[in-house]
Amino acid sequence: MAKKKIILYALILAFTFIAPFAFPNFGTQLATLWLMIIVALTWDMTGGQMGYNSLGNIFFYGTGMYVAALISIGRVYDIGDYTSAAGGGIYEFTDVQYFSGVFLGVLGAGVFCSISAVIIGYVTFGLRGPYFAIGTLGVAIAAGELVSNWDWVGGGQGISLPGYPGDPDTGKVFFYFLFAAVGVSVFVFVKWLYETRFGAAINAIRDDEEKAEAMGIHTLRYKLITWSMAAFFVGMAGGISAFQLLHFEPLETAYQTIFLGIFMVVCVLLGGKGTLWGPVIGAILFHLFKEVTWNYFLGWQWVALGALIVVTVVYFQDGVMGWLVHKRPEWFGIQVEDKIAGETE
Amino acid sequence: MTAIINVQNVSKSFGGVVANHDVSLTVKPGTITGLIGPNGSGKTTLFNSIVGYHPIDSGSIQFEDEEISRLPVQQIARRGMLRTFQQTRIYGEMNGVENMLISLPHRKMSIWDALKRNTSEDYERADHLLEFVGLYEKRKLKSGDLSFGQQKLLEFAMALMNEPTCLLLDEPTAGINPTLINGLIDRLKLANSEFGITLFVIEHNMRVIMNLAESIYCLAHGELLAQGTPDEIQNDQNVIDAYLGAH
Repeated sequence: MAKKKIILYALILAFTFIAPFAFPNFGTQLATLWLMIIVALTWDMTGGQMGYNSLGNIFFYGTGMYVAALISIGRVYDIGDYTSAAGGGIYEFTDVQYFSGVFLGVLGAGVFCSISAVIIGYVTFGLRGPYFAIGTLGVAIAAGELVSNWDWVGGGQGISLPGYPGDPDTGKVFFYFLFAAVGVSVFVFVKWLYETRFGAAINAIRDDEEKAEAMGIHTLRYKLITWSMAAFFVGMAGGISAFQLLHFEPLETAYQTIFLGIFMVVCVLLGGKGTLWGPVIGAILFHLFKEVTWNYFLGWQWVALGALIVVTVVYFQDGVMGWLVHKRPEWFGIQVEDKIAGETE
Repeated sequence: MTAIINVQNVSKSFGGVVANHDVSLTVKPGTITGLIGPNGSGKTTLFNSIVGYHPIDSGSIQFEDEEISRLPVQQIARRGMLRTFQQTRIYGEMNGVENMLISLPHRKMSIWDALKRNTSEDYERADHLLEFVGLYEKRKLKSGDLSFGQQKLLEFAMALMNEPTCLLLDEPTAGINPTLINGLIDRLKLANSEFGITLFVIEHNMRVIMNLAESIYCLAHGELLAQGTPDEIQNDQNVIDAYLGAH
């Protein structure tokens, strides 16, 4: 079993490396798929494993974009001058300035979002259930509106960033591997985290927070740490997106609550909440679904998406992995009562 | 320290309903103390006040000589005073062992300890305590599928796993198969003598509480009616009247 797992992981990793070269026409699609996997896995950290359904994780994506962009610009030019010229191609970046800007920007975005999660969480984690969802959604919407009225960071126009220096096709591969690196890191990280005592404690918060409190678990501290870790990765993903997209604006790209902000939740529901593989499988299925409907049923794509959400929520609440756990509990090491029926107390 | 829990003149009302009025009692460290009273006499309210579920209107509650009446539940739990619930609360989706491992005392862990996996000693302790309450055979089953009585035993084992100094038990024998009650009394006594845990127990079953407790407090209509050894309580005319409805 362990050997099979190692082979499986090796195959996935090998495919990750080969994919952009094997399917060069789908470079951007594959990068977006990794983005989906990152946001789904991190959403599941709080939504699936801890029972806090955030609709505001997109805040970290948008903020990550801005922080990464501002760091990379601010190291070379005055930000106010740069944004008032609306990028405009006036300013040039050398290769060294570009790559160090990407590296520091993405990392800085992660750190900044991580800290903001602690601050926002301190206020919003007092809310439970749907109130937490709406509260965090409010944070994301408010942030988008505030930033779009802040001229120093480009206002409603957003920010344009320099393009990848060199062959655009190499650029696509570069961004693919940045996303893939963060994606693989998230997966390895959560796989480790869920097996620790900390992982068990956040599951306890999900299943019965009052009981967890009564057992002396530091619930607020654990909630803040979990969200802050999720925000770190989402922030980095946002930072990479900023450089990949070249131009972004606050409401439709950065704080895109009704797009990526909802997609990440649908991915997790589709794949199975609170499971390790569910978000990954869900992200892949959702991305395929989205691309097919957006390409072949244009005009009906939102209807199809809505139908998918309704069907998932009404008939398929546990997602693919939840359905498998239900059908084949022995695959997951779960023992069922009737197997040892006949034993007395 | 003469008292581990020291309740002085505690009153608590919900709207016009006076649940506790001017209640004073003490629990001595290392003992088993009982709390009895007819339905609606304010026993669970007093428990909830002690462990911090709701603020009290007046009076003082001390744990290990420190005032705790203004502290929230988690902070009191982290001082080592735990409670079990009348309606059991376990993590129904998890199996017995997982329930036990979640109950490891996080208050004694730094965040770095929490980020480690459970050690083999943790598993051994979990198995040992499950054996102690007689659930070893069922440890791999989903806890939600256990009978109510078994869930109560599991909750008791979880509380022991948490290494409390003081444990408040709300009707530990309610819903437990009568043939198992004697075993449970023995285990409660063992938890007290072997693990040194002070027990404060709400109980309706007179036979249980008379066998178990060294001293007993009786509440009626939210007020303290009587206190004393099991013998004294059994022969107290006020207590008899309260239970038979003469009060």
